[in-house]
Amino acid sequence: MTAVATAPTKADTPPFEPGAPPPATLIQDIWRGIGKENPVLVQFLGMCPTMAVTNILANGFAMGVATTFVLTGSGLFVSLFRKYVAHEVRITSYILIIATFVTLADLLLAASFPDISKALGPFIPLIVANCLLLGRAEAFAAKVGPVRAVADGLGMGLGFTLSLSALASFREILGRGTLLGHPLFGPRFEPWVFLMMPPGGFFTLGVACLVVAFAIEWRKKHAVRRV
Amino acid sequence: MGHLSWIFVSTVLVNNFTLVMFLGLCSFFGVTGKIETAWRLGLANTFVLLLTAVSAWFLNAYVLKQTPFLRTIAFIVVIASAVQIVEMAVKKYLPVLFRQLGIYLPLITTNCAILGLALFQTSRNYTLVEALVFAVGAGLGLTLALSLMASIRERTELTDPPVVARRMGLVLVIASCLSMAFMGFAGMGSAE
Repeated sequence: MTAVATAPTKADTPPFEPGAPPPATLIQDIWRGIGKENPVLVQFLGMCPTMAVTNILANGFAMGVATTFVLTGSGLFVSLFRKYVAHEVRITSYILIIATFVTLADLLLAASFPDISKALGPFIPLIVANCLLLGRAEAFAAKVGPVRAVADGLGMGLGFTLSLSALASFREILGRGTLLGHPLFGPRFEPWVFLMMPPGGFFTLGVACLVVAFAIEWRKKHAVRRV
Repeated sequence: MGHLSWIFVSTVLVNNFTLVMFLGLCSFFGVTGKIETAWRLGLANTFVLLLTAVSAWFLNAYVLKQTPFLRTIAFIVVIASAVQIVEMAVKKYLPVLFRQLGIYLPLITTNCAILGLALFQTSRNYTLVEALVFAVGAGLGLTLALSLMASIRERTELTDPPVVARRMGLVLVIASCLSMAFMGFAGMGSAE
């Protein structure tokens, strides 16, 4: 009888999860992806779409929304299945979950916005190979409950969308003189064509990275001065 | 023959996978600290690219005709298994190379260049021979970009950049210059 009595208590204690993220409120979970752990400007994850599709704001924004959808959906399902997936096959299972949501996003986008879907081309299916998704699944979603996983996916996705939109606006405004296709300057505006070409992508992210590093240094210096 | 050699030149130089098409940037920034690791990883990638090209062609020809919506899932599963097979083969027969590559070997799975190759080959309707030439070109282009980047970064380690440029800023601007150099080939295809 004692064996029957002890068995449930053993199952009730949650298994020890090494490296589980520290407890935080939902707001903190969402805000982390936008600010301190921004996937593009701080962690440098998922750089292929970051530079490939940010020549026009509409493309960058659409890519951000699609990635947010996949991040949130795969976060939810990775978290729901976290206790049933064997450790050895976890990466394969995560990739399968992610690929399912990417296929969904691809078909939804092709059905509702065919122009944007055509402009993004193979970069929507390439979301599968975005290290951000596998990284969040492995580091966060697989170790917490579904609500926190969704909050984290939403935050990371928002941070990704905001960064992509900022980079894309910079490139579109200066490289074309337009924003969302509307001309901003008069006919005498000479577009900075360099920004629309591939090297412009590396350059824009490089400048953004320098600005972020500068802001961090500036804050550090002032914090020391205040003390 | 001229057609095939054009696919090759175009993939290695004009539309270089890393510097012009932005594929495989994670390894481009992550693994280019030392030139020896860089070109070895490039060659490992080339081998996986070849395997992927063949399997993607067979998938397209015989399986995905009826189920085009399974394309992404089918490709990624095939790539993951191909990488796993390569990993096991290298571990068994070339243990020295296996130790040198370490973690980068399994990471090839999430390299967008591999999946990108399969997707581009599908959208361009390449035949098997064309796909093989495309894969070799893409692999050599990757190796070229990785080695160039690694040789520049080995030199910058001895320099003293400003504090703000120490992490990624400098690397990104170097990549921008390299990419600009490759834009010099951009006019080559217009005559064809």
